Amino acid sequence: MATSAVEHAAPDAPAAHSKTGVWSWITTVDHKRIGIMYGVSAFVFFMFGGLEALLLRIQLGSADNTFLSPDVYNQLFTMHGTTMIFLGVMPLSAMFFNFMIPLQIGARDVVFPRLNSFSFWMFLVGAIVLNVSFLFNAAPNAGWFGYANLTETQYSPGLNTDFWVIGLMALGVASLAAAVNFFVTIINMRAPGMRLLRMPMFVWMSFITQVLLLLAFPIITVALIFLMADRYFGANFFQPDANGDPMLWQHLFWIFGHPEVYILILPPFGIVSEILPVFSRKPLFGYAAMVFSGAFIAVLGFGVWSHHMFATGMGPIADASFGLLTLLIAIPTGVKIFNWIGTIWGGSLQMKTPMYFALGFIAMFIIGGLSGIMHAAVPADLQQTDTYFVVAHFHYVLFGGSIFALLAGAYYWMPKMFGFMLNERIGKIQFWLMFIGFNITFFPMHFLGLHGMPRRVYTYPEGLGFEFWNLIETAGSMLLGFSFLVFIWNIWLSKRAGVAAPADPWDGATLEWSIPSPPQEFNFAEIPTVHARDPLWEQKRSQGRPLPEPPRVSGEGIHLPNPSVKPLITALGIGVFFTGFLLGSPWPIPASLTINLPVVLIGFAMTAYGILSWAFEPA
Amino acid sequence: MRFRSIAIGRLLWWSPLLTLLVLVAAGCAENYPQTTLDPRGEFARMVDDVFMTTVRWAILVFVLVEGALVVAIIKFRGKPDDPEPKQIHGSSVLEVVWTVIPAVILVMVAIPTIKVIFETAKEPADAMVVEVIGHQWWWEFRYPEYGITTANEMYVPVDRTVDLRMVSDDVVHSFWVPQFAAKRDVFPNRETRMWFNTEVTGEFPGQCAEFCGIQHARMGFRVVSVEVAEFDSWVAGMSAATEPVSVEGDSVALAGQQLFLTKACIGCHSFNAAAPPPGQIGPNLANIGSRTMIAAGMLENTDENMARWISDPQGYKEGSLMVIAGEITEAELAALVAYLRAQQVVASPPVVADIQ
Ligand code: HEC
Ligand SMILES: [Cu+2]
Repeated sequence: MATSAVEHAAPDAPAAHSKTGVWSWITTVDHKRIGIMYGVSAFVFFMFGGLEALLLRIQLGSADNTFLSPDVYNQLFTMHGTTMIFLGVMPLSAMFFNFMIPLQIGARDVVFPRLNSFSFWMFLVGAIVLNVSFLFNAAPNAGWFGYANLTETQYSPGLNTDFWVIGLMALGVASLAAAVNFFVTIINMRAPGMRLLRMPMFVWMSFITQVLLLLAFPIITVALIFLMADRYFGANFFQPDANGDPMLWQHLFWIFGHPEVYILILPPFGIVSEILPVFSRKPLFGYAAMVFSGAFIAVLGFGVWSHHMFATGMGPIADASFGLLTLLIAIPTGVKIFNWIGTIWGGSLQMKTPMYFALGFIAMFIIGGLSGIMHAAVPADLQQTDTYFVVAHFHYVLFGGSIFALLAGAYYWMPKMFGFMLNERIGKIQFWLMFIGFNITFFPMHFLGLHGMPRRVYTYPEGLGFEFWNLIETAGSMLLGFSFLVFIWNIWLSKRAGVAAPADPWDGATLEWSIPSPPQEFNFAEIPTVHARDPLWEQKRSQGRPLPEPPRVSGEGIHLPNPSVKPLITALGIGVFFTGFLLGSPWPIPASLTINLPVVLIGFAMTAYGILSWAFEPA
Repeated sequence: MRFRSIAIGRLLWWSPLLTLLVLVAAGCAENYPQTTLDPRGEFARMVDDVFMTTVRWAILVFVLVEGALVVAIIKFRGKPDDPEPKQIHGSSVLEVVWTVIPAVILVMVAIPTIKVIFETAKEPADAMVVEVIGHQWWWEFRYPEYGITTANEMYVPVDRTVDLRMVSDDVVHSFWVPQFAAKRDVFPNRETRMWFNTEVTGEFPGQCAEFCGIQHARMGFRVVSVEVAEFDSWVAGMSAATEPVSVEGDSVALAGQQLFLTKACIGCHSFNAAAPPPGQIGPNLANIGSRTMIAAGMLENTDENMARWISDPQGYKEGSLMVIAGEITEAELAALVAYLRAQQVVASPPVVADIQ
């Protein structure tokens, strides 16, 4: 008896090197572990961002409130936006890129596993730089859009903007590294038979997102370098007194910033397009149209940036062109929404928690889309821009849209990632709390904006009629915040309950459900061959449902990349290098030297060492 | 019993909707002087028309699409052991239909949009030019036709088109008068323009709409729309205001006049509306005694508020560029307030608040 148990256990035992302990996580190049690290840290930052939002809401709960000082408020709203975008939604998507893309395309890992690890550590460096600023009461305070020339030294003398510039640069490096990786992975690592038009929709939307990242992040990086040059080295890119132009910043920022919006929403589109068919037990309606509308949105996304700038007075020709192009985006977006409804229409809806969130996503995203059309009507936007109407709009798109979809993804994929099922009942309770809290918080913002409440204001005077809805919103935001505690509680409880997740708990259509939950390090004992879209459904149709539980096997002889600490060293090196820009010169002369040269040089040396030793390390 | 529980069940079902209605009704009962939904000028009305067009289409689309979603959710709810539904992969006809219909709706939105873009961009004829200068965190207004400078309160004659020429003294701001026009950003290195007219008299609040630093929230102003005769007398008073209004005979105010010099107020402020000394960083104070608001539209112009503002501008408006060296005693405050209160080139405006 005893010996047979040992024999049974043997195939499960770790193969070559130890797979537990902190060091194994630090040096890991396994896309799944990197995905989990992305997810956990992003969720922590997301909670920070949420907490910041709640403080903002308390301050706005009544007129002329003094709960937060003006400067603290400005720091918090800047960090709330920056955090939610760069440290919340983007890395939460990255968690799913990391964990799911290789599984969905039937690969054992990404093309560049060490680059993948590097991108995570670089992300963490950037995130820490941004947040450490709070310890010095110098968190960024010029808005997530950082409009020049307010960000120039004469108007923003403190370290606040420096933290922001440097943090975002670091995050840009992380995003670009990840984007290169996934772009190449999707192109090169698909299982035999998985033609482009057989890829799962999540992979498609992620693929388009990587293209956007590759094209958009260099632009913001250029803008940040300009700003850094102005602040550190006396350049004049945005200095009006020296013929620099604040408008240049706005253009650069939004040429990045608008595609960024699609970077935030396309992966959630993909997630929802995975979930709806599975829980409707019916394939995605209009697969090809979904792919091409996603691509069309991405292309148009680079041609509409100036719709963030209608109030700058670009002239009627530019206004009309950008307005029309923006209206055009509604068409592919509409196609997506109709196809989602087409997917569930005639299906057999299995109302599990992921489905709740996915349907909630559609319902809320429609509202965000409609207010988007109102902004595209340029004259109307001249009233709406920079008011709470816009705040309502983008929360319907990014919270009602992205976050709902990311939670749908979490409920859908966490059984695969961690091997236990989440509690359905608590999941649904969380959904309703979130759905109601969300709408109470954000719907009245439409009214406030139309009634004249500007955004980014730390307070408002009595007598403008803003008190009532603001108070309601503040109450709603508490409910919304609470719903996330319920989510954490659900994870905790479900983990303790430990209901093991089978390989395929939802009758899934894609390859990740063909392997054990959680997957073994090598993912697929045997690389699958794909014969159709929805390959797992195809297989079940020919072999009968449900498929037998796949065995956990030893994976003997499967070559996996070696763990490496070099990516971390490189990322830390860059972090030290940047820290030198925040410390100030240790010497009195020359007075124009605003950076700490020794630290910068140490960082440079570390980075160089990291890269070189990485290059010569056997993979 | 059964009836009652059904009734209660019904009530529970409807209660969210009822709450919603009560809330919206309560929200509507508020008075919104800065609203965009109650245009009082041509520019704002054209904008509002475009907006209402989009709202009508949006409501239609909302009802249809969300309706379809809800119907689908109710109608196609399945059980785990239901047979597999029919596997449909798409429908070219349907997909063409729901590409074309939105396109048509968008054209319906685009037409008034384009029309109004070009109409609002027209150079207004026979307009009164007002130069707007944005400062970190207050507004300066100049009337080149009359050679007048003032701050935070823009007097305009009713029914006359005003042609704004705007520029910033520091960072980017945005000039916003919701009831008359819309927003236009104000840049340090380029002139931007917008026009508006007022169809009613009264005082209307406006506000900076582009984040411009620590006190962006408190960068308001007023548009004071008055009858032509009243406007003319304001112009006459302001053009004559080259000197502070004399306070001869009022010993308290006279002390204030002295303090205005010794406390260095004079370094940043002037009472000369006709030819203000250049380079002053504070608002022009001619007619300050009869303005309705102080500190960029945020404090009501009462004696108490005035005293509060002068004694502690940083306490009220942290980061503001008004910095007072040293303490000001109660008596000194009273003197300064009396002096400032006397600075009225026109009597307190008799305008009736005509807001809603
Ligand atoms: C360092 C320059 C400076 C000095 C000195 C100064 N002020 Fe000011 N003052 C300002 C600025 C700048 C503002 C606009 C503040 C704002 O609204 O943000 C202002 C605003 C005001 C206002 C409100 C004006 C309006 O249009 O609402 C009054 C009244 C005023 N100051 C009175 C005084 C008095 C009295 C003194 C002397 C005790 C004084 N100031 C000294 C710069 C100064
Ligand atoms: Cu401003």
